[in-house]
Amino acid sequence: MKYKSQKIAYWFFAFSMLVFAIQLTYGFIMGFARVGMDGLHEWIPFNTAHTVHLNSLVVWLLSGFMGAAYYIIPEETENELCCVKLAYVQLITLAVVAVAALVGYHINYWEGRKFLEIPRPLDWLVAINVILFLFILLMTIIKGKRKTTTSLVLFGGLVGAALLYLPGMISFNSQILDSFFRWWVVHLWVEGVWELIMGGILSFLLIKLTGVDREVIEKWLYVIIALTFLSGILGTGHHYYYIGVNKIWLIIGGIFSSLEPLAFLGMTLWALAMYSKGEKKHPNKLAIYWTLNAAIVSFLGAGLLGLAHTLPQTNIYTHGTLVTAMHGHLAFWGAYASIVLAIMYYAMPNITGRKFYNHTRGKLAFWLANIGIFTMVAAFAAAGVAQVYLERKLSFDFGQVQNELQVHFWVLITGATILSTGIILLLIDFIKYGMPTDEALVEA
Amino acid sequence: MLSKQQAKMLFLIGTFVTFAVFIGLTIYSLSLVDEEQPALSEAAARGKHIWEKNNCMGCHTILGEGAYYAPELTNVIERRGEAFVKAVLMSDQPWAPNGRKMVAYGMSEQDANDVVEFFKWTNQLNLNGFEYVDRKVSPLAIKKVK
Repeated sequence: MKYKSQKIAYWFFAFSMLVFAIQLTYGFIMGFARVGMDGLHEWIPFNTAHTVHLNSLVVWLLSGFMGAAYYIIPEETENELCCVKLAYVQLITLAVVAVAALVGYHINYWEGRKFLEIPRPLDWLVAINVILFLFILLMTIIKGKRKTTTSLVLFGGLVGAALLYLPGMISFNSQILDSFFRWWVVHLWVEGVWELIMGGILSFLLIKLTGVDREVIEKWLYVIIALTFLSGILGTGHHYYYIGVNKIWLIIGGIFSSLEPLAFLGMTLWALAMYSKGEKKHPNKLAIYWTLNAAIVSFLGAGLLGLAHTLPQTNIYTHGTLVTAMHGHLAFWGAYASIVLAIMYYAMPNITGRKFYNHTRGKLAFWLANIGIFTMVAAFAAAGVAQVYLERKLSFDFGQVQNELQVHFWVLITGATILSTGIILLLIDFIKYGMPTDEALVEA
Repeated sequence: MLSKQQAKMLFLIGTFVTFAVFIGLTIYSLSLVDEEQPALSEAAARGKHIWEKNNCMGCHTILGEGAYYAPELTNVIERRGEAFVKAVLMSDQPWAPNGRKMVAYGMSEQDANDVVEFFKWTNQLNLNGFEYVDRKVSPLAIKKVK
């Protein structure tokens, strides 16, 4: 690393990995409940497990993004991070709020709104925490020696994510309005501003890993985020087909969400082109693996699997079925989990001074995790398509159909086991890197 | 070939225009909700908050949104009847329809009535065709039903 303050990224990554482990654990509780093995129901009913699973995903990704920003911004602005002590306060308060929320879900302290279950008082604490985080970044950028496109896009994405959290804090009596504005948060995060964050991190990684000229990489970064917003903002309409708002969204959502894969395709082509063009390949092979994984699998999961059921003519069959879970799992894995793991694998050797670049355990973790998630996605796909056929075409009862799908849920559990084996190896890797040290400092 | 400055302008102008259109469409479509959908009673609004407080969406789906673990409930009143729904909500005995356990909520009669009112409201919604899907009409047959 080039600046001492970059060390703080380690603690955000560590917290991120801890919460990732919680997410996987609760995923198993849900998987086993689906095959009838729900012995924990009295203490952890399905709705608790589901809420912890989704919210821990959001927390570990956000913590990963924050770690990424604290690592990237000093290097991009050629400046130590402003107010390092404040950044540690931000880390601790983030952890306290997150743990309070996750524990609260076990005693019904929640708002039953998918992805936005954090109760209102904790929402305000999240808002304060994020303002603190953005203040630290902003001051660092202002005091910095240079303002790069990469750092501004990353910062812009984070500001956008903070602003878009606000519509989720409005309370509505109508389920229609509630759902409408819930998507302002969820959709405009994952198919909007989070793509800016991903683009910013990807741009930084491509500059560092391929040696291609910054100007070339950042030009294409603008094109990709332009495609993201041109398609993604009006693409929100694909969530509005069947929730009680006007038919106009069938046309708008259908057209623009069909264009959404273009941004992810752009990201894939961009990363692959820069990788093949680059003459100075970085020795950190694992960081390259995860970077290319993010660029390629995000297109498959968020792009193609999203496209598969985004047209209203198809979505009327798949809306509210496991087909959505299929798309969701590969989209989050490809786009956001992989980019957090990519920056983590890039940053860890630099922060700790241990140059584990191409070791067997790391590669095994990468392949097992990917094989596991693809197995899970195949299981969700088979279950989803069968559910659509049996429920939506033959009009069978929901419960009967779910019983017929059990074999797919066993495949799902098998895939989750393979994924978790990979993630356990990855966590061992994380521990083996050791603690951050000033000895890892290199000349800026 | 596009320069970096042109790419930046594409991003800024594209974002501004699409966001402006999105806001316009939001205002337009939300202004029609009262006209296109049944009125929401106070009891139904209370029922919606009880639905939320108990995180029913953590297992069920409504308007097709939720956790896909338990049945879609948009038209549950029509499918199962008011008395059945009320009995389930008020029961303090655990049960497991088709082997999937549901939390025994043991709601008061007042709360159960409010949730039923909420479901009566969702049952009347115009959902651009999805209301027929939840009534077990295949999407292929919706036009015939209409």
